[in-house]
Amino acid sequence: MSKLRVSVWRGAEAGEYRSYEVPRQESQTVLDVVSHIQRYLDPTLAYRFACRVGMCGSCGMSVNGVARWTCRTHVTQVIKGDALEIAPLRNLPVIKDLVADMSGFFDKWAAAKGRFRSNRSRRDDFAVVSPATAERKHADAAIECIGCGVCYSACDVVACNPEYLGPAALNRAWTLVNDVRDNANPERLRAVAGDAGCHACHTHVSCSELCPKHLAPTASIAGLKRAVSLALLKGQL
Amino acid sequence: MQARLWLAQRLAAVVLALCVLVHLITMIYAVRQGLSAAEILGRTRGNLAWFGFYLIFVAAVAIHAPIGLRAVLAEWFSWRGKSLDGALLAFALLLALAGARAAWGVFR
Repeated sequence: MSKLRVSVWRGAEAGEYRSYEVPRQESQTVLDVVSHIQRYLDPTLAYRFACRVGMCGSCGMSVNGVARWTCRTHVTQVIKGDALEIAPLRNLPVIKDLVADMSGFFDKWAAAKGRFRSNRSRRDDFAVVSPATAERKHADAAIECIGCGVCYSACDVVACNPEYLGPAALNRAWTLVNDVRDNANPERLRAVAGDAGCHACHTHVSCSELCPKHLAPTASIAGLKRAVSLALLKGQL
Repeated sequence: MQARLWLAQRLAAVVLALCVLVHLITMIYAVRQGLSAAEILGRTRGNLAWFGFYLIFVAAVAIHAPIGLRAVLAEWFSWRGKSLDGALLAFALLLALAGARAAWGVFR
């Protein structure tokens, strides 16, 4: 049976790569590799996963330098020779080994006013939102984000501007800007228009390229830029 | 603030795209026609339309370039705040003055 040479980040912010030999298996995912190390070679290895089928978004890691869901990444897709390098997601503090601290990432969702707000009550009838409207189509295109942090880790603007809200938070804000039931605008537009907001995006498109859900946060951010400009010209900001 | 700057930069970019096009076409025309410097100056001197055109061109440059540079300096050198804005305002004025002087040079 052939072996994989796997370098895994060990430690917190300070640490080092440690090498492991893992048996090569058919249809083996990167998460299988990490699990093998933790179960059979080094039980002190810390990593996160839950569903193993690409639904929860908790197993994001940097594999050979690229942010990915490890559960949906087959070794054959990413291997270089017989080597793999696995690290925690970039742009986030490391708690231990492959576990990144996601709290800052989600704080930015709150800062971008990523929470639905409405003045309707349970006594009101259901809002009727036609799927054919432009707003609903924009929201539909961006709504499937599960908050895995892959786009945030892939973003070079986050890397050089730590205050930047990042693709996921801005993508979330864009879905709510297009939600006709929501009434948190223009405060939301104000929140996403600062030096750390949508205007900081340089359209590198790394987020859209690597999003495991095949969403396009870049397009959402461009939409926010348009919405903010329009609000500005209307004197709403 | 940044939203306004972003919008100003994009609008200046639209103006710049047109100005660069007119400028290049004019240059190519001048070279192909074999116009001398004196002949070119003969056409620009006292011509308010060209003077106005180049003043608009210079204004667009003075708006567009410092805003772009602001983002580069902030991200590459972590230079932010009032000192950066002050320095770039000075840079914008320098571009505007140098450009206006050049436009005036071919007008008077």
